[in-house]
Amino acid sequence: MEGMSGTKTPLDRVVIRFAGDSGDGMQLTGDRFTAETAALGNDLSTLPNFPAEIRAPQGTLPGVSSFQVHFADHDVLTPGDAPDVLVAMNPAALKANLPEVPRGATIIADKDEFSTRNLSKVGYATNPLEDGSLESWHVHPVALTSMTVEALAAYPSLTRKEKERAKNMFALGLLSWMYSRPTDGTRAFLQGKFGAKPDILGANLAALDAGWNYGETTEDFVSSYEIAPAPMASGTYRNVTGNTALSYGLVAGAHRAGLQVVLGSYPITPASDILHTLSGLKRYGVMTLQAEDEIAGIGIALGAAFGGKLGVTSTSGPGVALKSETIGLAVSLELPLIVVDVQRGGPSTGLPTKTEQADLLQAMYGRNGEAPVPIVAPCSPTDCFDAAVEAVRIATTYRTPVMLLSDGYLANGAEPWQLPEIAELPDLRVDFASGPNAEDAKGAPVFQPYLRDPNTLARPWAVPGTPGLEHRIGGIEKADVTGNISYDPDNHERMTHLRQAKIDGITVPDVEVIDPSGEARLLVLGWGSTYGPIAAAARTARANGVAVATAHLRHLNPFPANLGGVLRDYEKVLVPEMNAGQLAMLVRAKYLIDAQSYARVRGVPFTTAELVEAITALAG
Amino acid sequence: MAKPLGTTTHEHAGSVDLGMPIPHGLDGIPRLAGDAKLTKKDYTSDQEVRWCPGCGDYIILNTVQSFLPELGLRKENIVFVSGIGCSSRFPYYLDTYGMHSIHGRAPAIATGLATSRPDLSVWVVTGDGDALSIGGNHLIHALRRNVNMTILLFNNRIYGLTKGQYSPTSEPGKITKSTPAGSVDTPFNPVSLALGAEATFVARSLDNDRAHLSHILRAAAAHRGTALVEIYQNCPIFNDGAFDAIKDRDQQQARLVQLADGMPVTVGSKDARQVLVRTDEGKLVFVPEAEATPERTVVHNASDPDPSQQFALSRIDDASMTHVPMGIFRQVERPTYDDLVRGQIDAAVTTAGGPAGDAELATLIAGRDTWTVA
Repeated sequence: MEGMSGTKTPLDRVVIRFAGDSGDGMQLTGDRFTAETAALGNDLSTLPNFPAEIRAPQGTLPGVSSFQVHFADHDVLTPGDAPDVLVAMNPAALKANLPEVPRGATIIADKDEFSTRNLSKVGYATNPLEDGSLESWHVHPVALTSMTVEALAAYPSLTRKEKERAKNMFALGLLSWMYSRPTDGTRAFLQGKFGAKPDILGANLAALDAGWNYGETTEDFVSSYEIAPAPMASGTYRNVTGNTALSYGLVAGAHRAGLQVVLGSYPITPASDILHTLSGLKRYGVMTLQAEDEIAGIGIALGAAFGGKLGVTSTSGPGVALKSETIGLAVSLELPLIVVDVQRGGPSTGLPTKTEQADLLQAMYGRNGEAPVPIVAPCSPTDCFDAAVEAVRIATTYRTPVMLLSDGYLANGAEPWQLPEIAELPDLRVDFASGPNAEDAKGAPVFQPYLRDPNTLARPWAVPGTPGLEHRIGGIEKADVTGNISYDPDNHERMTHLRQAKIDGITVPDVEVIDPSGEARLLVLGWGSTYGPIAAAARTARANGVAVATAHLRHLNPFPANLGGVLRDYEKVLVPEMNAGQLAMLVRAKYLIDAQSYARVRGVPFTTAELVEAITALAG
Repeated sequence: MAKPLGTTTHEHAGSVDLGMPIPHGLDGIPRLAGDAKLTKKDYTSDQEVRWCPGCGDYIILNTVQSFLPELGLRKENIVFVSGIGCSSRFPYYLDTYGMHSIHGRAPAIATGLATSRPDLSVWVVTGDGDALSIGGNHLIHALRRNVNMTILLFNNRIYGLTKGQYSPTSEPGKITKSTPAGSVDTPFNPVSLALGAEATFVARSLDNDRAHLSHILRAAAAHRGTALVEIYQNCPIFNDGAFDAIKDRDQQQARLVQLADGMPVTVGSKDARQVLVRTDEGKLVFVPEAEATPERTVVHNASDPDPSQQFALSRIDDASMTHVPMGIFRQVERPTYDDLVRGQIDAAVTTAGGPAGDAELATLIAGRDTWTVA
């Protein structure tokens, strides 16, 4: 865009929310705006929010889909509490999002869509763009649809409907102008997507330009804005979602372990993107099997693990419930296995597209019998990569199923990721058993499948095809060392304790406490995806003069060895969680401390403001 | 058997031509070197067999242990996977690799193993409750996928390990502990079910007919794809005599229909032979040999891609066991799921110039849209 005129106002941070009908392409618009923002060097965080229905009836509240992006010239910890700018493509999008838009914020609405019919669909008796009800906001009614159609007059082969479909690009062009975003990436993207359809490509590009030009020429927008790049560590970056990072982490971890990834999975929201991503990685040797059900998914993974592969199954909470028996079998067989749970609102089908952290106790205890399973929970979209590598380390070192607890917010949220060096990832090479490991009573060499490594308590991984190590394993209690069926009472107790001791003995790093003033008497303890909101809230609270310490758990089983001491160092402990208080219950039970729970289950991440309030109230 | 097992042969006329060679069921699995031979003893584990005295499982175990050396495979490349039930204890008694898993899930676990390890001969041992009730879904999907493995379904028409409840193959009206007034469930015919589930190999045998069972096992092992072998098996404790009508030497000949590929379907002794014919209504009925015209006579064609007649054959069986077909109902060639899955990966790796190293992985995770901060 040459020859841009007008003033540019510098800003340090902005939150924009694109909202429209499920069919309006808001996720794509948000994705493209995010990519432009990343390319500019701003730090950012995103929050897609969409209904479970693929296309709810057009123009209705249940059909509203939105995408929020928070970007700044400094490090960004959350997708932002409330938008500074709401782009509303129809009355439903305005009505659904207005309660979260603070007074004084900017609203850009497609006035063409505010017809009597569309207004009545969502219960507006009068047009809010005209009736004065929005006078506390900066409202820009823009004829997005009709200007898009006019801009595409040169495309007679396209129907009016097809032309209207490009209005999301008009909106993107306008917002790109407003926030001085480069559109080269979007042009290249459209080229790749519609290259084979010249008319559609041309129309989208024309709509993008028309939106930009409209911003530049209209007098409706006094100024455009610029947000300087954020200072970031030197390196190469990309923007990445949690599900993509997690998939790559599994592949990288397996690569460092010298193992082939074998994924058995059944599609489920919000985990399906892991199945999609891994299915596209055949060139990297990744094997994916879309199973007939959740149980078969984990069965396939466990069968592959018996064969010496990195068995993985990916699912969400309802799928974990179905897989529970097989996880128990894996505990008994003591084979490496990774169970990815991208948590969503529950119980039952619950809120398939919304986030929650309510599977912690299911991961911890949701099996019959004493069946301990290690749990790793990533704290941000990019941390999904490292947490997956860590899950591979624990599974292969200790020969155990591992629960990797992501959630809907991490899965679909995106942030800049400083790319790691593959060769600098941990060395995870595994040793398969290759020969006898014991002697029988007569001194002849024998293989004992349950003879443990004294350091890790892991049993040998003896894969079929290895001569001389033929053995049988199963879900019936096994005799210590030999692995033969045993109903002996003392043996069962010994094996139960051994399985627990193996998990308890997993080495995990100490939890780090952040307390800049050194004077905090309140500790905020979090886990998983609440890291961003807690860190942002603590930062704000400290700026307000409240002394507060934070600690964030990535390992939930076993807990870091120093956790008990850390908790006892503080007078008060606050545990914010997107559940009814599950971690709070675990730490209260284990460490006998009076942890206070701050528990919400609204299907959306915590806002910084509500946590600042909770922290300030308890610290007071 | 003129040819040793493990060589690629295409003996079945009329098979589907998919333009690609179908390998033998045991291709790709390491074989014993030279003249080395294993014996039944090599396949017998040190574990004490704990089935009830007189259980049909003993004979099947003996038959399998005696048969396995014939495959000429290295025994470390054989894996038996089972579910839950009396029959599922089977792997403990074989000195191969084995997994005694959980109820109904063995076909899923075996699918993961067989697909990721083409160098293994994978066998599933299951029962009528394990395979057809709790594991019904996994069974039908394994069959339609055609994963290279053999499923031995021991059908005793009763739940044994849980002490005598009716099973999905129990006859209607069956009085058991859980059906004191008689079962009101309609049973599955496992052969019909498998044929309906797109199975490529379906056979039936009898626990005490070692020669017949060995013959079926041989063909099943040679088949590339999922082979389902239903084995009628007597439970002497909870359903004793369930198959007496077809085991009794006096009645056997009049009841057992021995299917032979390319041959008319007949039953009965030489002087009382009946031949299966197709009526004007399309039904299959047995008539005295003298009344059977050549054009009406049903000739068994196990390799017919259309399973209609094979299915019709499976339906001449009923609860009265008046006529019970035995042998191979269906044996067709179709590319296997595991070969295709591995083929896609191999092709992708080859096209890319070989396995991915650090550099290729770095390119992958970087994606197409990076920026650099100095």
